[in-house]
Amino acid sequence: MSDASLPYQIEDLAPARAARRVKGESRLVQFVLVGVSLAFLCLFLFLPLISVFVEAGARGWHAYREAILEPDALAAIRLTLLIAAIAVPFNVIIGLAAAWAIAKFEFRGKSLLISFIDLPFSVSPVISGLVFVLLFGAQGYFGPWLAANNLKIIFAVPGILLATIFVTFPFVARELIPHMQSLGSADEETALTLGASPWRTFFTVTLPNVKWSLFYGVLLCNARAMGEFGAVAVVSGKIRGVTTTMPLHVEILYNEYMGAAAFAVASLLAGLALVTLVLKTVLEWRFADAIAASRHH
Amino acid sequence: MSVAVTIESVEKRFQNFPALRGVSLDIQPGELVALLGPSGSGKTTLLRVIAGLEQAERGRVLFGETDTRDLSLRERRIGFVFQHYALFKTMSVGENIAFGLKSRPRAERPSPAEIRKRVSELLELIQLPGLEKRYPSQLSGGQRQRIALARALAIEPRVLLLDEPFGALDAKVRKDLRAWLRQLHQRTGHTTVFVTHDQEEALELADRVAILHDGRLEQVGSPDDVYDHPATPFVCQFLGDANHLPVKVVGSQAFFQDRPVLGGLRQNQGGPASLYVRPQHLRIVDDAPLALPGVVEHLRRNGPLRRAEVAVDGLPKRLDVDLASQVAPAIGERIRLRITHGNLFAAA
Repeated sequence: MSDASLPYQIEDLAPARAARRVKGESRLVQFVLVGVSLAFLCLFLFLPLISVFVEAGARGWHAYREAILEPDALAAIRLTLLIAAIAVPFNVIIGLAAAWAIAKFEFRGKSLLISFIDLPFSVSPVISGLVFVLLFGAQGYFGPWLAANNLKIIFAVPGILLATIFVTFPFVARELIPHMQSLGSADEETALTLGASPWRTFFTVTLPNVKWSLFYGVLLCNARAMGEFGAVAVVSGKIRGVTTTMPLHVEILYNEYMGAAAFAVASLLAGLALVTLVLKTVLEWRFADAIAASRHH
Repeated sequence: MSVAVTIESVEKRFQNFPALRGVSLDIQPGELVALLGPSGSGKTTLLRVIAGLEQAERGRVLFGETDTRDLSLRERRIGFVFQHYALFKTMSVGENIAFGLKSRPRAERPSPAEIRKRVSELLELIQLPGLEKRYPSQLSGGQRQRIALARALAIEPRVLLLDEPFGALDAKVRKDLRAWLRQLHQRTGHTTVFVTHDQEEALELADRVAILHDGRLEQVGSPDDVYDHPATPFVCQFLGDANHLPVKVVGSQAFFQDRPVLGGLRQNQGGPASLYVRPQHLRIVDDAPLALPGVVEHLRRNGPLRRAEVAVDGLPKRLDVDLASQVAPAIGERIRLRITHGNLFAAA
């Protein structure tokens, strides 16, 4: 090797070595990393999910139908749908309002408001339920007054609704706030100077700009509203056919050793989760351009 | 003569920061006015106050004879163009331009056919015909800027307000758009106010330039006026390079370190003063009664000109001198400089 060629060799080798280091030292490491992730996913996600469907179908189609069409099960499905139908739109409206206030205005206590929005995420669902028992239960602050006026919140549908709204509140707001903040207010100000009314500005400019974030928020909010267990369990009182939602119904069946029926109803909930996931993926794939455009310009 | 926009001692603060401190300005119909200043000078705030996007704490803004505080944003009928265009990205170009017309109350709203016609006329005007169906993400920066302008023009605004209209574009596009905007203004005659921090842009484009500094209006005048006769040291330095010489005025002459450097002064007040001289107003001379000796320390190219940095005894900063002739002095050469024009300000 002559002295003259040495610098060239060093120059040639350097980038290749750097590139290899960035991509990982060897294929073995890659395989191990991918393998570990896949094994974990199989063991803790796919296997349980599959077992739900397998158990649900173990006694055959007839038993499956029976379990789902049984009056208490139907009542639980109806109640779950009712709760979601009220809680989700409610949280969409409040979430939009909160996100709007945080993204478009400067005010005192803004960071406090943001932490409050996160509160339901950081508080255990059981506590979220107990809070309402403390407020509206028979021994709670408003209990005597409610009893005197013949109103029932705890161990009734309104209590389940309150607990669900509380637990699912952050989903819509959390999706919207960062997106709205990154968009700023120039679009809205433009629309207003062009003569649009505030409502028109909201519906033709703001809402289309954030529609994808809003949609994700709604999907996640809905999945949680239908699947919430802890908070709802505390306030529901589990009166069969009256205050049992689907997750509670599953638990009752399971505790009574009616495994097949429990898994049949559970498979409906799991199916909902799958539909949510598929919907989200399909939309992301189908409207990738529109989503990218609405997020980045 | 009627006035299009009157700004009367407007004041505005953000928390404790005074953004505007008593700004007054009259804008004539059809005029193209530049609000020029460094960042933080209050120029964008002033534009937003005129638009009604910010409320002044004191003072008022009149459109003609009408106090704008009595007008809603819609009634103000202003065309505001943001620095980053703020095109509605979920709408096509055509829908963007039509937005203002479609937002009118039903009684005043033109028919869909009329709106379509108006949109294609405006696209014609901004030299982008046939782009109705495109989306903003499919356009270049310069095209987006022009679409934003067409959208603002669609509502036949009383005043066109442009916030750093070329700020987000690269240098070449910026130059082209500048000439284009000037032409458009000559054809349409809209009263226009635009904000810029680029003094070259302001001087080239505007009928009048208003220079802001720390929330105050330093000077208003034609580009020639403000450039040749700056009212304050700030304006003088902001509009272009200027060498600063501390001098003493006695009689009709200015003295730098007991040496007369500039004569023929008409100012009567003597005493210490600041003399500002632009690089092109320093000439190398063989010998003259009023001259400043110095040593050439550095030569460099400054666009089409060559520039010498000349060290002068008693000055901490070297003087910038534009060389008029092709024959440049050598580095280290002793030369004499004559001041052909300077701006004198009494020392504060």
